[in-house]
Amino acid sequence: MSEEPVPVRTYLTIFACLLALTALTTGVAFIDLGPLNTVAALTIAVVKMLLVILFFMNLRHSPRLTKVVVVAGFFWLLLLIGLTLSDPLTRHWTPGPSPWITTTPQSQP
Amino acid sequence: MATTELAHAHQFDDAEQQFDAATLGMWVFLLTEIMFFGGLFCGYAVYRSQYLPSFEAGSRLLDIRFGVTNTAVLLASSLTMALAVRAAQTRRRNALMTFVLLTMLLGIAFLGIKFFFEWIPDWKDGVVPGLHWVPAAEVVERVTGRAGAVLPNVELFFVFYFFMTGMHALHMVVGLGIMTYLLLKGRTGAFTSGHFTPVETSGLYWHFVDIVWIFLFPLLYLIGGRY
Repeated sequence: MSEEPVPVRTYLTIFACLLALTALTTGVAFIDLGPLNTVAALTIAVVKMLLVILFFMNLRHSPRLTKVVVVAGFFWLLLLIGLTLSDPLTRHWTPGPSPWITTTPQSQP
Repeated sequence: MATTELAHAHQFDDAEQQFDAATLGMWVFLLTEIMFFGGLFCGYAVYRSQYLPSFEAGSRLLDIRFGVTNTAVLLASSLTMALAVRAAQTRRRNALMTFVLLTMLLGIAFLGIKFFFEWIPDWKDGVVPGLHWVPAAEVVERVTGRAGAVLPNVELFFVFYFFMTGMHALHMVVGLGIMTYLLLKGRTGAFTSGHFTPVETSGLYWHFVDIVWIFLFPLLYLIGGRY
């Protein structure tokens, strides 16, 4: 609160960066990178989020307590998604047993 | 510093401590919101990992042009909101009114594009699970290249699509209500005499809604194998 107001130029620069990153992530979506497409999209989204949090939400000038709370929140989110995904992404899905009686009768040649 | 002359509630040492406590409280609320949307994102990730082709097919049914446009509109509204907070901080009432109004207009533009150019055509295409699910032949053809081909489990993608964009839109409607309050109360100069905490916390909320969209846009529109 006792901070000097952030110059307008800073906000405009961040906005231009956000638009450029939006154009970049859209462009990358049309290039086949295999699984890296998802990685690229999420990485760019995280960078955009950091720009918004640090500059628009002005977290970089917030008290240390606020910073710790925010980081703790995202750590918790990481636990939620990471531990949940650790099951479906690592489990070997064995096919279920085939039924004794098939619904379509097998025709013998 | 001008802030030291501001009045503050008796449990705080000074106005600055009161301001920091208010923003910290807002952040704690936003963290509960992050966990709320985090549950949706987590569910999306789990089902996407199990039904990848269906999710990619569903993603390609969305019109990327409106996704990009709306991202730009929402980022612009975040810029005007940041400038509104700055105007309140520097005690410029007219600038505050202008920027809050601009933010509202951009927010309404986002909702308008979402509703009239995406959700209504979605309804006509019949891709609303449970309510109107008849994947129109031309929609299916657009995705699979084959007329009348069946898209197994694409409903799953659209359930997440409508819940996630719907909850996001609901948060924007709440944000518009908050900004109406800022306009009405700020008109009298209540936020431009040094005490601008309500503008600051409203700004935090609006930027949070922007961040949710920053993740929704790539997850719903972009990673569907459009190449």
